[in-house]
Amino acid sequence: MRPSRAIDISTGLFVVLGFAAIAFLVTQITSKEVAVHSDSYRLKAQFENVGGLKPGAPVTMSGVTVGRVEKIIYDMKLFKAVVTLRIDEHYNSIPNDSDASILTSGLLGGQYIGLSPGGSEEVLKNGDRIEFVQDAIVLENLISKYLFSQAEKTPPGAATPAAPPVPAARE
Amino acid sequence: MKGVIAELVAGLRGFLERVGALARFFGRLLWLTPRGLLQVRLVVEQVYNAGALSLVIIMTCGLFVGMVMGLQGYDLLQRIGSEDALGVGAALALLRELGPVVTALLFAGRAGTALASELGLMRATDQLAAMEIMAVDPMRRVVLPRFLGGVIAMPLLTAVFITISLYGVQLIAVQSFGVDQGQFWSQMRGAVELSDIREGLIKGLAFGIACSLIAVFEGYNALPTAEGVGQATTRTVVISAVVTLILDYILTALML
Repeated sequence: MRPSRAIDISTGLFVVLGFAAIAFLVTQITSKEVAVHSDSYRLKAQFENVGGLKPGAPVTMSGVTVGRVEKIIYDMKLFKAVVTLRIDEHYNSIPNDSDASILTSGLLGGQYIGLSPGGSEEVLKNGDRIEFVQDAIVLENLISKYLFSQAEKTPPGAATPAAPPVPAARE
Repeated sequence: MKGVIAELVAGLRGFLERVGALARFFGRLLWLTPRGLLQVRLVVEQVYNAGALSLVIIMTCGLFVGMVMGLQGYDLLQRIGSEDALGVGAALALLRELGPVVTALLFAGRAGTALASELGLMRATDQLAAMEIMAVDPMRRVVLPRFLGGVIAMPLLTAVFITISLYGVQLIAVQSFGVDQGQFWSQMRGAVELSDIREGLIKGLAFGIACSLIAVFEGYNALPTAEGVGQATTRTVVISAVVTLILDYILTALML
């Protein structure tokens, strides 16, 4: 038999570890917060539709990750989604007429924000708003737009043509 | 032909007899459980035996299971350009299935065999009979704390296994293949719900009850010979594995 104190201590350790693991699973795997690094500044952008964008998604320029989406809220006054971006301090000279668009990585990948620089001399600073934005593409809207435009082209009186095959979403 | 049928009937009877005895044994344990929980010191000792001593093997295996999932998942997902979804896939697979099942199999191999051989040896060396002579109920004094220790330890081991595995997945996917860390975690957080974690822990508990029960039952009813103890140990692993997988199917069907 081992001395019972040693048993108590290691049992305690085991139980604490087990509960710590449960706590980690419950809080870290399901919560919405993402660790943010220290040297960064915030930008805001307003979108009509953010699609599947989530906090923690990357913000990229030319494919290079320069920051993260910090939070997404719905503004009841503007009736728009306001996205707060955290940009790494290294990338502190983004022209203030740059535009932000919500893009999708890969076929089933997550959505992210792509920044493309404008030509202005002035740069975006902490708390600034990105004026030019492009919303997430909603596939259903795209399809219905296409179908409507097809229907309008059809001369009146002609039989409704069978819906043509929907082309892949292309910009 | 007659001989074959007679053998089959005898085999079936033997099986039913064993299932009935197991059910009775389980009922008796449940009946004793409220009083058994008061024997804190005995139960703590068994949580140590079943849980703390299994920790190293659980953590080692968890890390490698996670790392393999990272490798395989990355290879599969990068073909369709969705390696960001690796976090979601790994987390859901681990929480719902892999975590509880692999933990239960390891638990049966590490703690279950230890319980069965210990109890079997106590039976073979007449320690259990000696207790009965001293008017100490061996079910309550020896079997019950071991059963409860296993039941308490299993959900905790499951949680530790899943956590370590996720770390292993992350290690391969993010650190060595360069999957985007934010996508990895944010997609996981977006898709995993509390009910998934509940499912994993409920399964852990159910497998804990099943594996502990089988281990103490086989050990307690072992033939009092060296061979009998060996058989009890083997049977514990085999029956635990089969019951775990069948139970897993039933629980999954119930909770989906």
